[in-house]
Amino acid sequence: MSEQDTGEMRTVEIAYFDGTKRTAAIVDREVPYPDGKLIVSRTDPQGVITHANQAFIDMSGYCESELIGAKHYILRHPDMPAVAFKDLWDTIGRGEKWNGYVKNLCKDGSYYWVKATVIPNIRNGQLVGYTSVRRKPSRRKIEESEVLYKTLLAEE
Amino acid sequence: MTFNLSVSPDFAPDHISGWYFFNTWLQRTLDIGIHLELYDSFEAQRKDIRADKFDLIYANPYDASMLVRELGFQAVAKPASQPDETIIAVNAESDFHSVEDLTVGCRVATTDDPDVHTMGMIMLESADLDSSNVEIKQHSSYVVGAKNLLNGDADVGFFLKDAYEELSELIRSRMRVLVGSEISVVHHSLLVGPRMAEYIPALQTALLTMQDDEKGKGVLESMGITSWEPMDAEQTEFMIDLIDTLID
Repeated sequence: MSEQDTGEMRTVEIAYFDGTKRTAAIVDREVPYPDGKLIVSRTDPQGVITHANQAFIDMSGYCESELIGAKHYILRHPDMPAVAFKDLWDTIGRGEKWNGYVKNLCKDGSYYWVKATVIPNIRNGQLVGYTSVRRKPSRRKIEESEVLYKTLLAEE
Repeated sequence: MTFNLSVSPDFAPDHISGWYFFNTWLQRTLDIGIHLELYDSFEAQRKDIRADKFDLIYANPYDASMLVRELGFQAVAKPASQPDETIIAVNAESDFHSVEDLTVGCRVATTDDPDVHTMGMIMLESADLDSSNVEIKQHSSYVVGAKNLLNGDADVGFFLKDAYEELSELIRSRMRVLVGSEISVVHHSLLVGPRMAEYIPALQTALLTMQDDEKGKGVLESMGITSWEPMDAEQTEFMIDLIDTLID
């Protein structure tokens, strides 16, 4: 748990890039990332989840049937600036690998930090989806990201 | 025509004879000639892979990427319930009790096993350690790496989980697991090259029923494998994509 966590709960309306919105209860409580695990998911080209491994299910708090078919942005935490995801989509849109630090939202409103890597899945020259693998970030990287994202969020 | 078979050098020494038994079983089952060539160096084997020397390879996930995407190999089977996992171990008397206890300058004992080294380095990231701020020493085998830990010449060692578990009781009793990976979906696989592609249906059928007869079961046991599971093109591509996300 982060030293700054208060356990405080707030209700936030999260607006996604496709125009949809949802109201989520946000709890200021970090779920520690387990050592040695990788969170793995795959999506179709539109970002709809098609595969979720057990670590993803365990950390997100959603069951598999809730994740499969959902948009990957179901995990988007309101503390994440939109510009971070724009960079992700711009990068993978060019067919390149994207790396970044992401604060993810759990189903119960708590959060977990990851170092995420996303790559396009190319089969016979065609884009068929994306694979995302998340791993444990260092505390220093989390702290740097918190400062950066606060600044970016304030500019939005 | 005689085909060529090779095996990823990270197999346990106790299973060398098993791979020779497997080769004999394969030749009788498919009624073809196959020559088995084993290596103790990943680099030497990779050089011969690139020289198009092999038709059948029991490959680690890292090499599977090159074999499938660059050389046109196809995965036909994987060992059941045998994912490749990595262990970071320390001397049992070490003061390090979690990855976050490790500091800059940490001495790492590793091997040239590409998957294990990559995953080991990834597990060090949470302590802000990478190849620029640790001292990496590559050893010829996991046993040599373990000896370095035991005599205090290394702070941590990277091991393939299966290889760690096959170290002697005496060595293991003087070591402690700091952290182990839990990836589950990365594993070795048996890959067939373009020259041998016509044998894939017969090979797959034989492999998937291998445990059903006494002779086949005995060969599997000598290789440390319980049975084979089928592997299709998409499963292979998925594993390769996953490996790609882990390589900087």
